[in-house]
Formats: sequence, C-alpha cells, structure tokens
Amino acid sequence: MTAGGGPRFIGRPWARVDGPGKTTGEARYADDLVLPRMLYGKLLRSHLPHARIVRLDTSRARALPGVHAVITGRDLPVRFGIMPTSQDEEALCLEKVRYVGDPIAAVAALDEETAERACEAIEVEYEPLAPVMSIEEAVAETSVRVQEHGDGPVPNVHKNVSLEFGDVAQGFAQADHIREDVFFFQGNTHLPMEQHSAVAQYDAAGRLTLWTSSQTPHYVHRALAKVLGLPMSRIRVIATPVGGGFGGKSDPFSHELCAAKLAVATGRPVKITLTREEVFYAHRGRHPVLMWLRTGVRRDGRITACHIKTFLDGGAYGSYGIATTYYTGALQTVTYKIPAYKFEGTRLWTNKPPCGPKRGHGTPQPRFAIEAQMDKLAEDLGLDPVAIRLANATEPFTRTVNHLRITSNGLRECIERVAEASGFRAKHRRLPFGRGVGLAVSTYLSGAGLPIYWNDMPHSEVQIRVDRGGGVLVSCGAIDIGQGSDSVLAGIVAEVLGLAPSEIGLVTADTDLTPIDLGSYSSRVTFMAGNAALEAARKMRELLVAAASAHLEVEPDGLVVGDHRIHAAAQPERGVTFPEAAALAEARFGTLVTVGSYRPPRLAGPYKGSGVGPSPAYSFSAAVVEVAVDPATGEVRPQRVWIAHDIGRAINETLVIGQIEGSVYMALGEALMEEQVFRKGLHKIPSMLEYKSPTFLEMPPVETILVVTDDPEGPFGAKEAGQGPLLPVIPAVANAVYDAVGVRIDEVPITPDKVLAALDQAARGGVGRVGPRRVPPFRFRDPIKVEPPAGWSVPWRRGLPVAGGAPGLPDDLPTGTAPSDARPRDREAPEEP
Amino acid sequence: MKVALTLRINGEARDVIAPVHKTLLEVLREDLGLTGTKHGCELGECGTCTVLVDGTPVLSCLTLPVEVQDREITTIEGLARGGELHPLQVAFTELGAAQCGYCTPGMLLAAKALLDRNPAPAREDVSAWLAGNLCRCTGYLKILEAVELAAARARGDAPQPTGDGGPPAARVPQRSGGAS
Ligand code: FES
Ligand code: FES
Repeated sequence: MTAGGGPRFIGRPWARVDGPGKTTGEARYADDLVLPRMLYGKLLRSHLPHARIVRLDTSRARALPGVHAVITGRDLPVRFGIMPTSQDEEALCLEKVRYVGDPIAAVAALDEETAERACEAIEVEYEPLAPVMSIEEAVAETSVRVQEHGDGPVPNVHKNVSLEFGDVAQGFAQADHIREDVFFFQGNTHLPMEQHSAVAQYDAAGRLTLWTSSQTPHYVHRALAKVLGLPMSRIRVIATPVGGGFGGKSDPFSHELCAAKLAVATGRPVKITLTREEVFYAHRGRHPVLMWLRTGVRRDGRITACHIKTFLDGGAYGSYGIATTYYTGALQTVTYKIPAYKFEGTRLWTNKPPCGPKRGHGTPQPRFAIEAQMDKLAEDLGLDPVAIRLANATEPFTRTVNHLRITSNGLRECIERVAEASGFRAKHRRLPFGRGVGLAVSTYLSGAGLPIYWNDMPHSEVQIRVDRGGGVLVSCGAIDIGQGSDSVLAGIVAEVLGLAPSEIGLVTADTDLTPIDLGSYSSRVTFMAGNAALEAARKMRELLVAAASAHLEVEPDGLVVGDHRIHAAAQPERGVTFPEAAALAEARFGTLVTVGSYRPPRLAGPYKGSGVGPSPAYSFSAAVVEVAVDPATGEVRPQRVWIAHDIGRAINETLVIGQIEGSVYMALGEALMEEQVFRKGLHKIPSMLEYKSPTFLEMPPVETILVVTDDPEGPFGAKEAGQGPLLPVIPAVANAVYDAVGVRIDEVPITPDKVLAALDQAARGGVGRVGPRRVPPFRFRDPIKVEPPAGWSVPWRRGLPVAGGAPGLPDDLPTGTAPSDARPRDREAPEEP
Repeated sequence: MKVALTLRINGEARDVIAPVHKTLLEVLREDLGLTGTKHGCELGECGTCTVLVDGTPVLSCLTLPVEVQDREITTIEGLARGGELHPLQVAFTELGAAQCGYCTPGMLLAAKALLDRNPAPAREDVSAWLAGNLCRCTGYLKILEAVELAAARARGDAPQPTGDGGPPAARVPQRSGGAS
C-alpha cells in the first residue's frame, strides 16, 4: 500500500485545527471556567525578600463573612519541586520567606473581593533577614543562607559543575590566537498574555480534578499527589488551552496546590487566577547569567579549545535550575567542532523569584557569548563572520566532544543561505555609519533525551480510535500552548489515513482520558508525540487496508489510501470510502483502537551530568539582523531579519514559520529591552506597560528560509521549530550594533543608555565597550575529565537523500519508531536529569 | 452599591444588576457568561480585553457598564454573523495569526474597527492601529498578513478560501514584512 500522490498536508502550509475555537471566543481557557458553587481563592504573599515568619494569625480572616477556608503552610507541609533533586518548595511557606511574592497563606471566599479582604486581615509578624540580591553577593556571602540545600563551597551555591572533555591545556597550546571575554545576560520573563489560572474540584466520591493553564499537566499531577497525599489514581489533571507559556507554566505552582487543598477543605470548587503582578513574581524565567569565555583558534579560524565559566542567578528555589546550569555548557559543541572543551558552571541562590526555563532554556545566554566572541575572533584574524563559522561548523551524523549525537544537520546550508539572502558579505563593514549587519548561528534540542524523573517508560503515547461512522479520535497527553501540537497530531494522523486535519477529533492533556505526554517543554512534542501518532496511525491504516483488501479482493500492496478512500492503485474506481473501510475493519477486528508510543534512544554519555544535552535530533538556525543605530539617542532599530532554520521537514509550514517569527520577535525583545530587575527585592517594573516588550511598531520584516534535511528519526523527518530560532537573533543584534557604530555591548539587553555610554567612551579614546569586566573569584569543583568519543568528528553514516524542499516524501517515511542505525547501543542512564 | 443596567450586546438587550464599580470586562465575563473577552492585566496596558462600543475599540477593563448603557457593544461572540465567520476570523485561522489565541479576540475586534473605517489599509496603518494590542506568540507578522488578506477578500481582491483548510488555501509567502 502507498500513500496516494504524495503528501497532502505534511511539508505544506495549512490552517491550524484550533483556529475556529480561538477566533470565535469558543476556546475555554482556565479562567473562563465557572462551576456551580465555585469559590474564589487568593494567596497572601510576602512583601519582604528574606524573613523568618514569627507569627501567623488567620483568626480575623476566618471570621469574615463569606470566607470559607484559610490555609497556611501547616496544611501543606510536604515539599515539592519540578526536579527530583530540588524538592525545596512549599505551597505555603512554613518558617521562612525567600523572595517578595513567596506565598504564606491562601483563602477561599465567595468572591474575589472578600478573598482579598481576608488576605489583608491575616496578621503576619516577620523577623527580617539580610537578603542576598546578586551573583556577586551570593558568591561572597559566608553567613546568610537563602536555602538549606546546596553544592558548596560557599553557602549560597545551588549547583557547582565542572566538566572537561579532551585535553584543554594542549588545545590552548596549539592555538595561534586566544581571546578571553566576559559577558552578562540580564534575566527576563515570559510575559504570557494569559495570567496563570487553576480551578480545582473535589467531588463527593473523593476524587480531585484540577483544570489548569499548565505546559506540564503530568508533572502537576505528580506534585499534587505528593503534596496532598492522595494517590495519583484519585487525581485528574486537565490542562486547558494555554494562553502563552514559553516555559513559564512548566513548574507545579503554589496556586495549583492551594486551589486543590482549598477544594478538599471546603468541598466546593475553587478557582485561583493570578494577577499580572503575581505573574511577574511567579516568574521561572530567563536566568541572569554572567559568563567568562576563553577560546583558542588557529590562524584559519578553527577552534582548538574552549573554556566557559557561567554564573547563574537562580533566585530562591531550585525549579529547573540544575538542568539550566548544565544547559549553559551543553550545546556550544553542537554548532562548532570544539576538540577540547571545559565547562564550569554554578547556580546561586538569591532572594528573588526563582528562575527557570524560558524559550531556549539556559542556552541563549552562552549562545550570545560565543557568537559575539566568534565575531571578535574573526575580526582579530581578519576573517569574515561567515568564514569563521563555516570553518568550525559541525557535520551531519557526527558526535561532539561532550558525547552528544548529531543526526541530520543543515547548519552549513543555513549559514550559506542566510548570508546569501541578506547580502551579508556585501553589507558587512560596508554600510554607512549607523547601519550594520550581524550574523549568528545556533542549535536546539528536539526534545530532551531524558525525562525529568528517571523512568523507563515512553515519553509520549497516542491512542487512535476509529468508529463505525468513520470518525477518528486521537487521544494524547500533549497540551497545545499555541505552538500547534493539536495540529501536529491531527496533521500526522490525517496524512496517514487520507483525511484532512480538520476532520480529526482530539482529546488532549487530560490525565484521565489521554495516554501520557510529558509536556510542552524542551521542544519535544512534534518529535515525540508526532512519532507516537505516526506509529498509531500506521497501525490503524494497516487494519483498514487489510479489511479493504479482503473486501475488494486486491492485495494490500495494490491499494492506495488517500482523499477519504481506499482504492486499487490500478483502478481508482475500485475502492471503498473511509467510513466503509472503517465498518469493514470493525466487523473484522472488533473495536478499532491502535496505539503508538515514543521513547528516545539512550544517548547520555558516560559521565555524571551527561543527562542534559542529549536529544534525538538537533535543529540548526542562522540569522542575519540589519540594524539602524541612532548615535544621538543610542536607539537600536532592527530593520530586517533573515533567518534560516533546519526544520528537518515541516509538518505544517504555516505553523513552523509562525514559530520562527514568534521566536525572532521574542529574541528582539530580549536583545533590546526586556529585563526582569529588582530593587531591594521588589520587581522594579511589574506591569505590562513598564516591562517593555515589542509592539507592532517595533517588529521588523522577517524573511524565513526553511532548510529541509529529513531527519531519519523525526516523524516525516521533522525536527523542532519553537525555540531554536530565538537563539541566533540576540547575538546577531549585538554583532550588528558593532558593525553599525563600532561599539561592543557585551551585555543584554542592549539599551540606548549602554550604546550611548560605549559611544561616549569610544569618542574619548576608549575601547567603546559596555559589559562586565570580570567574574568573581569562585572555586569550582575539580573537573570530571571525560575522554571524547572515538572518532567523534567523523561522520558514521551518510544522511538520507535530502529532499531539498520538494513536496514528495521518501518512500520509506522516516520514523523514530523504526530501528535506525543512527542509534548507538544502549547505555545506562546517568543519575543527573 | 449595585445598579440595574440594560446593555445592548451583540444585538441583544441584556439586563444586569451589578456593583457600580464592576468593570465591563467583569460584567461580560462573570455576569453575562461572555468569556470570549480575555484579560491580560486588567489595568489598561495590554489590549487583550478590547471590545467595540458603537464600532470603536475600547478597553473593557477600564470601562464601567454605566458609561456604555445606551451604546451597541460588540464582543468576539458577536463577530460572526448568523453562523458565518467574519473574513478576519477566516484569515486568522488560515494564516496562523492565532497561536495561543489569547490576544486574538481583542486583536480581531480592533482589526474589524479598522477595516470598517479603512477597507484598504497600508501595512503601516494596520501596525499603528493595532499597536496597543500586545501579542507574545506571533511576532505580529501573521496578524498583519491576515488583516490584509481579510481586507483584500472583502474588497474582492483576493480569492476566497477553499474549505478544508488544506494546502490549496492561501499560500503563505516565505517573505513576510512588518512595519519597517
Ligand atoms: S486587560 Fe489588559 S488592557 Fe484590559
Ligand atoms: S496568539 Fe498568543 S498572545 Fe497572541
């Protein structure tokens, strides 16, 4: 059997399946839910960054008419956290608050106003403690402790990592030229348009249901079971359509646990929706990272060794921070052949809202550093920025010095095509003063290779049921956060069954009704849920074809599935409609249900910490940004962005381009204006007006080039699009500013005051640079020394024929569920996440 | 203090009794069940809560119902007419101008007000008109394209969509431009 006439949807543009609901107001987000007898909840939060709770008296609040319950830390004493090794959060603080916004008590009342008044009526007496507010303070502080757990050598170190791959000293000895640079990437936040919201219901039979705007309903499910002391089998978590996540709705949150506890306490449904100010404090956004980077190169630009130190300002709790720390060191080697590489990283505790994953998770900061430094190295050597990147670019089907496996790799093509489209070579160093172009490249995971908690089960599962009327229902735990996971599931199943995506029914992200998907994080859903859907859909197609074959008396190989029919390839009129095929198959096989699941190959290297970085496939991107810089005001205005992205193959071209444009937008915001900054523990600008983000007026035109490489393990060859394209844009802006006005802003965001300061410095004969000068003295661990994999830079296989963007699919559609020679033999997983 | 009001919403008269200080946003969502209107800040900063009052975009989070008693209010639920989607709704779906969809109701209503005033807006006009509506997902470009496509279709300058949402429908250009 074959698909008739090439793909109808895959690789092309088509309308997303959730469009009608989202354009009519029909889509129901968490805060839209109203249940009978529902109460409204509010959290009382600390107004101090660091303090001991001496007295907490809720009696006045309880006595207010309309108040149904008040809970405190004593009611929810079990600690939780997204990472198994960082179980340091309390739904409500018991003894101590660690940042402004740390929740202390929760109230359920008849309406929001009463709940607010009840919060005000709670009496709290604090003993203020000295706060630790910055990387420098955290490294220097010897007595004040923000958290109880840590990794030394001083009290406020959450994680301390040191890894060395190959012989770094020898690598530097072989260099013709060495540079050391220091960079700072300020923290910023996701700013989803939807405020977090959760509704909990505890029914008379003792079952708890939570509707929540979450990217990770499965992890919320686990946290609820742990903190509430209920078996997972008595809890149902339903993720509602998420009104923007970007990583900010990936942790289990206090308001989710409190809504659930209040529902249990009152026997009535409880809704808690955060205010915009609370969303700023809930955060879990981009870590501020201070970086020191030393790179050695030969005269021709080839890197001989690289050594990076990163200092992450983690905030007050662990969140994903251990993974983030490793991510600041993991992926540099995936774009560039680095034969000797040392990574030292530390995450520090401070009395600020916890940082976590934001689009690119821990990799945009070091990517900014390495791409800015590549530009400086090129200039030092008299090379152009394109040449130095091509001289170091990794190849398809190779390994990296830190044991990451690269499969398809379109990096070279991305660089060449983006340079070509933008006219980079003709513009670089040739535009008039005030105009400039910058280039940068990047890579990102198509899903984390390891789950957050260690287990052997699939990361994604899909079930398909076909009913006797020809209806198709796809069930999967994946949650659409706007990235289009519903459309990916529907598109893949529709393609295989010869239907249209809009005809596929979907049940998603409901722990009672859907098999698992670990969540919409690490750009994993298209690759992993997509592969699971592909497997389930192919099994279903086999059943339908077998039944049609018997009925039509045509061998299965002679049948074509396509456009709502199954028919003989040789005689198109000899066939059955899809509903007829479904009825025949049900008569023959009984209930028509098929399943598919996906577990990534075991890719972690033979060292502690190797669990962060492996992915079944990497996307690659290259971007050129052209800017105009006003030397009088320091204002940087992006004029146009060209971006080439190695997508493997687009499942839906419309959605892929949408993800790329959204990534470019978010990157420009981070590069030029967005910062999450504090004064005495208070957020300086916790409002959408003052926290500057780009509007329509700041958004430049974007030219997107999709590079097709057909990854052998991706569903239909697909890789990720949601995060990778953000990464190159930020350093490309920095490099463009240098090209425009000759000053280096080694600090993000590149605000007008920094540009003016650097220009002023240059005018007075200085170097014309704004950025940190040094990193604080800090004792990293003795490095774990790791031998690079043998023959790591030599390709072990040639890629599948690259389809070059042609709409035809290869005959044997690549799939991650079929065994592939690209997989190394299984290895034991390391203990790190 | 509560007041009794009659609001004209999407062509229907609706009676409400609500505290005077309750915003139009709250009355729409909580008293009238019109949850299609969204909120991102409730402080007049994001544009998400935009509705039309006599065809003009207003921020419902800053509007008191008493102020709009005798006016015609349009919410996202009233954009489609008799089950037929507005050309903007069709174009937004087709071109992926709604990702998470949360800014979309406000964006669509603001865009409708523009097209009602100017059936052939230049890209800069669309950007300037919609500048008060934030979107964190799309980078705005697909929204601009969708507004232009809907406007072109309404003028008869672009082909109508083809039905199943599939490939023969609007071809998304690989080059897309924003305000420059
Ligand atoms: S909710 Fe943000 S402007 Fe009204
Ligand atoms: S589509 Fe998500 S905020 Fe606009």
